[in-house]
Amino acid sequence: MNLIKKIEAAELREVPDFKPGDTVRVHFKIVEGKNERVQVYEGLVLSIKNAGVGRSFMVRKNSYGVGVERVFPLNSPRIEKLEIVRYGKPRRAKLYYIREKVGKKAKVKELLGGRKAPRKETAAAEAPAQA
Amino acid sequence: MIGIIGQKIGMTQVFDETGKITPVTVLKIAPNVVVGRKDKETFGYEAVVFGFFGMKKKNVTKPYAGQFPEGVAPTRILRESKDFQGDVEVGKSVGVEYFEGVRFVDVSANTKGKGFQGVVKRWGFGGGRATHGSKFHREPGSTGQRTYPHKTFKNVKLPGRMGNEKVTILNLKVIRVDAENGVLLVRGAVPGPRNCAVVVRPAVKKAKRG
Repeated sequence: MNLIKKIEAAELREVPDFKPGDTVRVHFKIVEGKNERVQVYEGLVLSIKNAGVGRSFMVRKNSYGVGVERVFPLNSPRIEKLEIVRYGKPRRAKLYYIREKVGKKAKVKELLGGRKAPRKETAAAEAPAQA
Repeated sequence: MIGIIGQKIGMTQVFDETGKITPVTVLKIAPNVVVGRKDKETFGYEAVVFGFFGMKKKNVTKPYAGQFPEGVAPTRILRESKDFQGDVEVGKSVGVEYFEGVRFVDVSANTKGKGFQGVVKRWGFGGGRATHGSKFHREPGSTGQRTYPHKTFKNVKLPGRMGNEKVTILNLKVIRVDAENGVLLVRGAVPGPRNCAVVVRPAVKKAKRG
């Protein structure tokens, strides 16, 4: 299994730390024939699915009155840039309930003051010290 | 067969050149040692004998070791490759570089053994209704009819041992040749359990166009 992990490690990309409930702006490369252009897709992150290399996240936005949901592979090389526009403070991990809500109920509370540094990094920094 | 031996490591996903996620099987092609050559005069055909997987010394019996030439360590798996193209000498080895520039490959291996299976799993019979008074569930049904033919024909599909037979999957796309890790990434699934030995060859049916 080590070989597989090695191959997978090469596929992983560095992504900003974001969570469901955040509003993100995805700069996604689109290939049209020979041309390549970058499309910006902004919306609310409904869910993040962790499945190794194929990790994906779902972004919902309202496009001219129609709800649009798009799933992006988190490690896709076609994601040029991922910006976090707004930090959310949701009370669950998957925000599928928002699909049926209208108006103020379709909003996620904002997390003021930003988010602390992700716990993962501190854990990784401590681990070698112990070993 | 113009194949060399590899080891199925398992499956994962990678991004291909267009950025699409692709399911791949990881095949480890550690160097295949050339154990021997067979020529037309003595054997009636030309072939190269490859060896794969090292062995512990205590597992090597003297008669088994005797078939290996001097200077070549005994290997667990031996496979012959008929009409192998390329420059090979006994004692040298062939690795993943063999697949450099190859776009499609064929992979053969023994499938996982399924044991004694019924006709539904083994031959894809539909079976009968589960409820509403049905008395016909997963059976094969009648096989011998009546006065005529009064016997069961040969090759009628019946329950029996399934799996653990050699299967070749044709035209698997090569996604990556990773010389650093000695690994070949092939699109899609390959027969056999993890860590089993497989034979990989450049695709026969796409060789001309490849």
